[in-house]
Amino acid sequence: MAIFSVYVVNKAGGLIYQLDHYAPRADTEKTFSFPLDLVLRPHDERVVVAFGQRDGIRVGHAVLAINGAEVNGRFTADGKDVLEYLSNPANSPVSIRFGRHRLSSNEKLMLASMFHSLFAIGSQLSPEVGSSGIEMLETDTFKLHCFQTLTGIKFMVLADPRQTGIDALLRKIYEIYSDFALKNPFYSLEMPIRCELFDQNLKLALEVAEKAGPFGPGS
Amino acid sequence: TRRQRSRGGFWCVNLFSCAQNSELFTLTYGALVTQLCKDYENDDDVNKQLDKMGYNIGVRLIEDFLARSNVGRCHDFRETADVIAKIAFKMYLGITPSITNWSPGGDEFSLILENNPLVDFVELPDNHSTLIYSNLLCGVLRGALEMVQMAVDVKFVQDTLKGDSVTEIRMKFIRRIEDNLPAGEE
Repeated sequence: MAIFSVYVVNKAGGLIYQLDHYAPRADTEKTFSFPLDLVLRPHDERVVVAFGQRDGIRVGHAVLAINGAEVNGRFTADGKDVLEYLSNPANSPVSIRFGRHRLSSNEKLMLASMFHSLFAIGSQLSPEVGSSGIEMLETDTFKLHCFQTLTGIKFMVLADPRQTGIDALLRKIYEIYSDFALKNPFYSLEMPIRCELFDQNLKLALEVAEKAGPFGPGS
Repeated sequence: TRRQRSRGGFWCVNLFSCAQNSELFTLTYGALVTQLCKDYENDDDVNKQLDKMGYNIGVRLIEDFLARSNVGRCHDFRETADVIAKIAFKMYLGITPSITNWSPGGDEFSLILENNPLVDFVELPDNHSTLIYSNLLCGVLRGALEMVQMAVDVKFVQDTLKGDSVTEIRMKFIRRIEDNLPAGEE
């Protein structure tokens, strides 16, 4: 899976569509006896591994479930504080599931709106007049490509750094948006896109782009 | 057919230029106007409704147009006029109006339509003499341009349905819409 996600941001910077197209990495569930040989600490609204790595559990992984029941942030399913629970010898042996925390929809909304503001910085920093905003953001694990239409809508695709053909994919997503979202009279402009046909056609376009792969036409 | 002649990029959009479909289109538009006349009982209200409906179409149609035609931003009203007449009208109605009557300041021009697909077979009865039958088009143009930050005024000044020799649409540039400009356009 070389195309990871698609984000669509409206003119005001609000996220109106988001799709994750990658298989989530497997979580690790293990049984532990007291005392835990991993160091855990709270981080934002979760409990994460601060130190200690074994059997697929890495630093930064969050506690996802205890004894099969999913945790609710820093609290167990029945409301007890996770760190307190785990530091009580009476509660061991305990089975804990660790994994990489997936972004919640609120976090995605916030990040999208942050990117919307950052995008503008690209044109403000430019020494040339009339520069576009940020078109690409690169990290060692992914490249974020952004296309802003003349009407102010942004389409963003996060993909493998070696994936080519993203420019064409962004234009194709624009076409799919103009067909299956805009031509649906029941879809209101600037609102979250909840159109089945849009989903289906977008997924199809992603698969076509992935098949073209790094050997396809240059991006 | 026109569909065969049009370039590959415009798949499925040239609905109206295809001979078989234009009858259905003309009939559909006619049904719309007559229903509005029944609902509103006076021509002025019907004209306003047509403009409003056109506006709602325009704000959506612009994205389809930009996605398929790949035109860049127009930097003056002359470029805009060219794009509207030669690309947009061709794409959606299969006709290419001519651009004339530029105002000295370059902020107003006319589109002259030799024929108007919306009014094939239509005759305006006497009791609807103030009806602007194709007013939907004015709304479409207004809505579409508003989405690319241009406030314009669009109106029919001649109409073959009213006995004029041609149909003339007058477009006037009012101002650039400065609030909520997309980044990079300031």
